[in-house]
Amino acid sequence: MKGLGELERSIMDILWAQREALTAREVGRLIADRDLAPTTVMTVLDRLTRKGFLQRTRDGRAWRYEPAATRDAYVAELMLEALDMTGDRSAALTRFAQAVSGPEAEILRRALTELEDE
Amino acid sequence: MITAATLAALATACAVGSWRLTTARWTSRAPRVAIILWQSLGVTWGLAGTGAMLAYAVQPYGVGVLPGLIAFADGRAPREPWDVLHVLAMIAGLTALAVLVAVLLTAGTQVLRARRRHRMLLALISHDDPVVPGVRVLDHPGAAAYCVPGLRSQVVVSEGALRLLSEDEMAAVLAHEAAHVRERHDLVLLPFAALRRALPWSKVVRDAQTQVELLVEMAADDRARRYCCPRRLATALLRFGTAGAMPAPQGMLGVHAQSLMARVDRLVKPAPELPMRLRYGVLALSVTLVTSVPFLWVYQL
Repeated sequence: MKGLGELERSIMDILWAQREALTAREVGRLIADRDLAPTTVMTVLDRLTRKGFLQRTRDGRAWRYEPAATRDAYVAELMLEALDMTGDRSAALTRFAQAVSGPEAEILRRALTELEDE
Repeated sequence: MITAATLAALATACAVGSWRLTTARWTSRAPRVAIILWQSLGVTWGLAGTGAMLAYAVQPYGVGVLPGLIAFADGRAPREPWDVLHVLAMIAGLTALAVLVAVLLTAGTQVLRARRRHRMLLALISHDDPVVPGVRVLDHPGAAAYCVPGLRSQVVVSEGALRLLSEDEMAAVLAHEAAHVRERHDLVLLPFAALRRALPWSKVVRDAQTQVELLVEMAADDRARRYCCPRRLATALLRFGTAGAMPAPQGMLGVHAQSLMARVDRLVKPAPELPMRLRYGVLALSVTLVTSVPFLWVYQL
């Protein structure tokens, strides 16, 4: 069996690909690994909900699950942190270099051309 | 009284020293030594500043800071009766100490929480790429390369960065990030970021944080250049700097451009290393600073 992390990932991918909320049974049917116990799917869905990545709504006796945010929104969130644009200058990440704009970027661009020419 | 005065003098010396160090030129020639000096200045300043107030406060007991505080906590009566000034010093000293500790702890937990969320999201949305084994890749056209520090640190690059850089440049960037991971530079940065949050109006603290951030990058550059061509690291830096994937927030531009050019300059034209005796001199000063304060906290002069 795949690790729980790997499973969380494939379940998120399935739910991101769907337009509507799915039940655990429907998710289980879409998963590539057919031998997966239905309870495992339920456990992972529950974990993802607790972590805040999924939202669930009652549908009769079952829960329907859907992503709390789009994949792109999460990518954007990570990029904002990566580029240190959340404004808090925390020490959570160490970054290679940050982009510069305006006249200063022009100076850097010239320095780059010089280095490449040498 | 002598203990309190010595501690106060020490705290003042650290503040003046930090202020001088923010504009010092030699630091880029020995970033690691400069980082150690910054750390010792910070620790000494914090403990000496609070210690000076507390040393004055426990004076009625006629003992050192730490024994005096223990006696105070036990509720023992001092040799001389309390007066207003000593009580005020006690309140101020304990408050300052509590604020420093609380700020460090809060900053630490916030950073840990931010990293945990970042790591969870990475597990869900980043992918592997055979071009850069062992590195997480993020689907975004912007250029980013960074490290999520921790017990199991992760190096992350964006698709945009992969497209932007040549193979050699990417190798240089990864060597740089590996240096951050190995030397746990995040632990160096944390207390300075915390102090910045505690004293947001202080120019010295702000400059200190900027300096230490730059020194940490320089230290990582120095390690990376052992494994890659420094010129490729320099061109990678410049490509990142000019990528301009997202508009940068106002007010941070100047600092970024300056520190970028400083890093590029020392990669392309390395200045001679700081002479051995100077480096050992700075290290000796750092050790003296850090050991003097605990001594002054325990013993009374």
